[in-house]
Amino acid sequence: MSKQIFVITEHLRGKIDDVTYEMLGKGKELAAASGGELVAVLLGHNQKELANEFGAASKVIYADHEKLADFNPWMYAKIVSEIVAQQKPRVVLTAYSSMGIEVAPAVSVSQGISLTAYVSDLSIQDLKVSVVSQIYGGKMNIEAVDENESMIACVLPGSFPADAGKATGSPAVEDFAVSGLDESKIQFKKLIAPDKSDVDITQSEILVSVGRGIQSNDNLPMVEELATKLGGAVSCSRPIVDSKWMPKTRQVGKSGLKVKPKCYLALGISGAPEHIEGMKEADLVIAVNTDPKAPIFDYAHYGVVGDLFDIIPALSAKL
Amino acid sequence: MNIIVPIKQVPDLVEGLEIDESGKDLNREWIKLKLNEFDDHALEEALLLKEESGATVTAIAIDSQDIDKVLFTAAAKGADKIIKVTGNFGTTVTSHEAAKALANAISSMQYDLVLTGVQAVDDRDGQIAVLLANYLNVPHVSVVTGVSINGGAVSVMKEYGGGNVAEFECTPPLVLGIQAARQTPRYVPVAKVRQIMKSATLEEVAGGDVSVVAASTVQKFSFPTGGGSAQMIEGSAEEQANKIFELLKEKGIK
Ligand SMILES: Cc1cc2nc3c(=O)[nH]c(=O)nc-3n(C[C@H](O)[C@H](O)[C@H](O)COP(=O)(O)OP(=O)(O)OC[C@H]3O[C@@H](n4cnc5c(N)ncnc54)[C@H](O)[C@@H]3O)c2cc1C
Ligand SMILES: Nc1ncnc2c1ncn2[C@@H]1O[C@H](COP(=O)(O)O)[C@@H](O)[C@H]1O
Repeated sequence: MSKQIFVITEHLRGKIDDVTYEMLGKGKELAAASGGELVAVLLGHNQKELANEFGAASKVIYADHEKLADFNPWMYAKIVSEIVAQQKPRVVLTAYSSMGIEVAPAVSVSQGISLTAYVSDLSIQDLKVSVVSQIYGGKMNIEAVDENESMIACVLPGSFPADAGKATGSPAVEDFAVSGLDESKIQFKKLIAPDKSDVDITQSEILVSVGRGIQSNDNLPMVEELATKLGGAVSCSRPIVDSKWMPKTRQVGKSGLKVKPKCYLALGISGAPEHIEGMKEADLVIAVNTDPKAPIFDYAHYGVVGDLFDIIPALSAKL
Repeated sequence: MNIIVPIKQVPDLVEGLEIDESGKDLNREWIKLKLNEFDDHALEEALLLKEESGATVTAIAIDSQDIDKVLFTAAAKGADKIIKVTGNFGTTVTSHEAAKALANAISSMQYDLVLTGVQAVDDRDGQIAVLLANYLNVPHVSVVTGVSINGGAVSVMKEYGGGNVAEFECTPPLVLGIQAARQTPRYVPVAKVRQIMKSATLEEVAGGDVSVVAASTVQKFSFPTGGGSAQMIEGSAEEQANKIFELLKEKGIK
């Protein structure tokens, strides 16, 4: 059985996503425990120099093709499947991200290997892999064991320290011969940059953030009032944006922005992993939620089990 | 254009979750279920496409607790056909098994687009959209926030982090994992659901073989202790607000 650990790396606009370093750091630990090597897999076009960012790995497998210049769900899944098929590594780590979510299930089906998603931790002993998934919106941990020849894990960003995987160097680069990308039924057209016309919440030192607990956009003015009194800005969770109550520019989390304010007030936000990803670095997190079991309390420094419709006006009145 | 929308119910997380006696599953006896919110978006997007381009929308679900009502609700919202996939499913179906059952059912149907929800809170072994696409052997795009049909081609918006969006042009058939519809999902009154239950037919299709080759084995469910780190502020709302105020002053924030 192979002892290799593979990390499927991610980049957008030439920048490596932090989750890649998190996986490389964890991958290094797994490789030490399995006695195998850590291999980084890189797909792109004229981007070989990115391999130098993967000094944590002993080797980089690089697939270059003009059609791989931008992420393409079908093409990336196909090439990663081929690379995995050649080597059958013990563990393949992909990110639970917009890119990883397309690759991991595809490789699982095409290669008939097991898949575990929402992974927040994993370890390996005698080639047996123990893996923890965080499901039900972060409300439950599930421990599982994988005794197959090969497995793929879709890792929750923010689970491991990125610094552990940040090492520059020049690992050996092995080119992977790419073919068969001609008849794709999916063509990348363009990348649309985020809107910059609104307040930049990543620059706000104080964020008053609201979630579905706010119930209606009619209730937003009291949140704005609180933010103004605190000299901060209003941000929110995804459902608030999907309901069109606030613009995308205010969304914190996986598909929104990563923020690191001095103070983050989380009001009526449950703390799903996709939200936590965007705010766990805040210096001070104060959460208000009616549900004492809301996962947000695992990440907050201070917690209030209470109704935001009572707390917000009472706090505003003090300021 | 034929659009198929697989839908399912998930535990309502507003309710407390309990672990069963085996320690390896939820206690499902009193669990409150609700439609996966992303499926509501997938159905909405399908209905929008139907209104714009005259598609036929079919909602399909694997047989499970209270699923008939969920399917009739989809019909009341505007789905033209509703189908239940039958088989020997236990109380829990893994994502791979669900994807296989759906693929078995869908492969004999005429379809251009399959719109699933991007994910559900309970999929420990991966998200259905891409699993299903691979079992059907068609391409996929997931984390989708907009779909439009231009003649034979389908233009799809896919979200990345940081507010970045990519546009893809696709040739059907394909599977899309819908994150958000372009519009807030429509609401349908219960009376209309009751009415449609009398007129609509719920078809049944066999799920067939759903055996899966390799999977990891669940050992244990547990509640996260996270850091369990938050220091809790007690008291009346007034007292809690006071303490937050003191805290902000102390930390030099106000
Ligand atoms: C690919 C992908 C990307 C995603 N990206 C993001 C992202 O960038 N950002 C993001 O936030 N989510 C994202 N999500 C969605 C995420 O999974 C959750 O659905 C979302 O974070 C939930 O938002 P919420 O906490 O506001 O709502 P809910 O989970 O519904 O929580 C509402 C909370 O409010 C509490 N509450 C209710 N009433 C009150 C009251 N009166 N007072 C106080 N508390 C109250 C409830 O107890 C509950 O905990 C993404 C999902 C996917 C699949
Ligand atoms: N049992 C099921 N029956 C019908 N559709 C399903 C089922 N399981 C998953 N789906 C579809 O796949 C989507 C994603 O679910 P999942 O991948 O399980 O998180 C759901 O939102 C549905 O659209």
